[in-house]
Amino acid sequence: MSGRVIVDCQRLLCPMPVIRVQDVVRTLAPGSLVEARCSDPGALHDIPAWCRINGHRVLATRTTADDEYIVVVEVGEAE
Amino acid sequence: MTEQRKAVALISGGLDSLLAARVIQDQGIHVEGINFFTGFCVEGHTHAIRKKDRAKPKRNNALWVAEQLGIRLHIVDIVEEYKEVVFNPPHGYGANLNPCLDCKIFMVRKAREWIAEHGFDFIITGEVIGQRPMSQRKDTMPVVARDSGADDLLLRPLCARNLPPTRPEREGWIERERLFDFSGRGRKPQMALAARLGLHDYAQPAGGCCFLTDAQYSAKLADLWRARGEKRYEMDDIMLLKVGRHLRPRPHFKVIISREEGEGNFLKGYKRSFISLTTTSCAGPLALIDGEVSEEDLMLVARLVARYSQGKQEETVELEVSDREGNRRALRVRPMAPSEVLEAWHL
Ligand code: SF4
Repeated sequence: MSGRVIVDCQRLLCPMPVIRVQDVVRTLAPGSLVEARCSDPGALHDIPAWCRINGHRVLATRTTADDEYIVVVEVGEAE
Repeated sequence: MTEQRKAVALISGGLDSLLAARVIQDQGIHVEGINFFTGFCVEGHTHAIRKKDRAKPKRNNALWVAEQLGIRLHIVDIVEEYKEVVFNPPHGYGANLNPCLDCKIFMVRKAREWIAEHGFDFIITGEVIGQRPMSQRKDTMPVVARDSGADDLLLRPLCARNLPPTRPEREGWIERERLFDFSGRGRKPQMALAARLGLHDYAQPAGGCCFLTDAQYSAKLADLWRARGEKRYEMDDIMLLKVGRHLRPRPHFKVIISREEGEGNFLKGYKRSFISLTTTSCAGPLALIDGEVSEEDLMLVARLVARYSQGKQEETVELEVSDREGNRRALRVRPMAPSEVLEAWHL
């Protein structure tokens, strides 16, 4: 899939991954996709919670074989 | 039609800020939350690191509070700017290295800037007179309002009736009679209000909202500054202070030793920034050396690390030392006896 912005959150502990995602989402148009790649499993909980309250959509969450936690977000209309 | 007034609430994730925001929402005000990340916040860090804690469900309390209230939450990274507050708080520190009063002033000032930028009308906090020994006293609460520049745009709904009316009250944006007059350290009025509003399962942080109120953490931070000869820290420093055992056998270096597998994995991420040691002849911790060490110092550290390994009763233990470039070599040492690990080394 093209046009997705990758946010590198490796070695960042929560809530830093949320802040990184928030700061990128703020610059994007509704419908854009953001993929956060995290090493703190807390991101699987916190990024979706942040999306729910701020009107964005989580399209997918997954854990890779080498313990990388991925969250894909679609930017909502809210900003 | 009357204008829709808007307030920003400082959300720490505790009960008081939850209640304060909720009672203002109930008066028809549009409320959004703001949460400041200083780097010292008591969030899930140790949780994220320690393996045994990972199984427990974890939540970010500020996000949870916002979700309960159905409000948006803006998380603001103030790590860099906040350093000045920690280094030189004009009003001094609390019981430990917590600069609570200047911290509050700083956060309310940030919120003041935020409302000006975003077209909001006023600021709400969950402060209660007498709740905290430094920042929430009858004489210091006006200082926060004044020195932050928020003045009478700062409303504390839980104790507003003990304070002079603020602009939102005077202008009739909200009804003062429907605010509260809580005071003192007790938690009963807050808990009763929570029950009345149907709020359960909220967080009740004990000491305060950040690690700076923790005596042990503050001692480690003070030690770091002493060793460096100046007050200075980076994000990695303040993270590492939360992880492992910290021992300073000599003034010019300290050793960070993992206590379990999760901490070991976390410390591995720092192998390029520090000399590291790990046991190879038996299971054991990962250790980092913060400081420059001689060959003699290195042997001492190796013996200390061996002491915390499964081979502590063995005649000798083999370790691998790795420098910052990744060059590795083996060492074989006799583990320290318990009596050799001095109490004074523990930070
Ligand atoms: S406990 Fe920490 S975050 Fe809370 S007011 Fe004091 S210094 Fe600030």
